[in-house]
Amino acid sequence: MNFPIYFDYQATTPVDQRVLDTMLPYFTSAYGNAASRSHAFGWKAEEAVDTAREQIASILGASSKEVVFTSGSTEAINLAMKGVGEMYGSKGKHIVTCLAEHKAVLDTAKHMEKEGFEVTYLEPDSNGAVTAQQVAEAIREDTILVTIMWANNEVGTVNPIREIGAICRERGVLFFTDGTQSVGKIPVDVEADNIDLLCFSGHKLYGPKGVGALYVRRRKPRVRLVAQMDGGGHERGMRSGTLNVPGIVGLGAACAVAEKDLEKDMAHSIAMRERFEEKIFGALDHVAINGNENSRLPGCSNLSFAYVEGESLIMGFKDLAVSSGSACTSASLEPSHVLQAMGVGDELAHSSIRFGFGRLTTAEEIDFAAEQVITAVKKLRELSPLYEMVQEGIDLSTIAWTGH
Amino acid sequence: MAYSEKVLDHYDNPRNVGSLDKNSTEVGTGIVGAPECGDVMKLQIKVEGDTIVDAKFKTFGCGSAIASSSLATEWIKGKKVDEAMAISNTEIVEELSLPPVKIHCSVLAEDAIKAAVADFKQKQDGEESA
Ligand SMILES: Cc1ncc(COP(=O)(O)O)c(C=O)c1O
Ligand code: FES
Repeated sequence: MNFPIYFDYQATTPVDQRVLDTMLPYFTSAYGNAASRSHAFGWKAEEAVDTAREQIASILGASSKEVVFTSGSTEAINLAMKGVGEMYGSKGKHIVTCLAEHKAVLDTAKHMEKEGFEVTYLEPDSNGAVTAQQVAEAIREDTILVTIMWANNEVGTVNPIREIGAICRERGVLFFTDGTQSVGKIPVDVEADNIDLLCFSGHKLYGPKGVGALYVRRRKPRVRLVAQMDGGGHERGMRSGTLNVPGIVGLGAACAVAEKDLEKDMAHSIAMRERFEEKIFGALDHVAINGNENSRLPGCSNLSFAYVEGESLIMGFKDLAVSSGSACTSASLEPSHVLQAMGVGDELAHSSIRFGFGRLTTAEEIDFAAEQVITAVKKLRELSPLYEMVQEGIDLSTIAWTGH
Repeated sequence: MAYSEKVLDHYDNPRNVGSLDKNSTEVGTGIVGAPECGDVMKLQIKVEGDTIVDAKFKTFGCGSAIASSSLATEWIKGKKVDEAMAISNTEIVEELSLPPVKIHCSVLAEDAIKAAVADFKQKQDGEESA
């Protein structure tokens, strides 16, 4: 085993060796500009981009003309939401989204509010999910866009995208989903799932960082966007800027590998997660799963270890790379907005750790990690005044705390 | 974030972890912070005459909070009650090289000492008037 062991697959993933091998020639020998029409360097680059476009269309169940390359999900989210807002703003100024979305969506929505849009932020249930019913009730005459993420990056909860898409279709409202955590991880099909716009990032599916794509539906309905970047009119005018050819090649290759290996990858991640959770729950009490146990990303296990604080726990797992929803680990000292939106008490949010498993995770690593987690939790509970009180039978909610 | 050597040392080998009998008249107990804030410190002192002869702590909080309270117990043991009251959080910040975002963890340790002393004094006053 190599230390530290990587358990943060929702933050980013390593580039798959097969993907890297495909990319390398496009840095040093086939380095043409895909927009150069006058020579072989340009043609070769364009051909590579076309191949990538096909590979991406294939994993999404889309057509290659519906793929717009971006620098990643954040840019794609900005383009989708602001682009739709500007294009259809004269028809209506209302947008529906959810409090558990990634900051890229929430901050874009906030920005649009300042520009005169009205945004409804749906509250997720205690598992982090929104229902089609909630969306249906929130749609108004003047709603032009619904933005609901496919799978949540913190707790892994998978939303009922197909049902939400069906509602939007029925009501004639565009549906954009943030697929950053779902593409390459669970089956995605923009036709069956009723999606009009979808974004994802290369680095979450074993591709390179700094490249991603936006799927923009061309038929039934044809979605039009106002570009957010002015320039040479690349990507059918939707996103100007010289294409990042090696990155795009990597994104395409990553999609091809992910599509081919989807079932294998899913089964592996689920097996790893089950092995981990079995060990943890076998050894520790007062542990809760955050997220929907029945509809969760295969490689995501977000756990709250009651009565111990997340950052101190992470200090205890010296050899594990994980992340926490605890405020103490964040620069802002605010606990995770996702856990807050789910109504997980701040107290349990402080105790939450996200473990992410993926393609390279081994059973040996899981066993080692579970051991280290169990040891650290036990040690910190010995140190915890809260655990002591609970052992003494004191109900913590009856105490008058002197919080700040 | 990188932790200082001293924070890591207190985290790995916390000093004076445990509990004293909170019902004893010689023991003062301070509990500060709140679970929702992610930090709760319990610091206890045992006083003979005007000297703190023992101190124990338990902390729910980040590594810096654990280190601050561990250090606090180390410092107050053997000190006169008034000397302990004079310990300020800035001394803890300096000793542990805490970064600005972790200053409140040291404030909590200072508050815990003060709360424990206040509890002890209250018990003494209660004794006298009884
Ligand atoms: C759900 C979700 N949306 C959007 C993003 C932003 O992706 P990127 O940083 O690649 O633009 C992320 C990654 O952190 C994510 O997990
Ligand atoms: S206890 Fe939260 S930052 Fe120290």
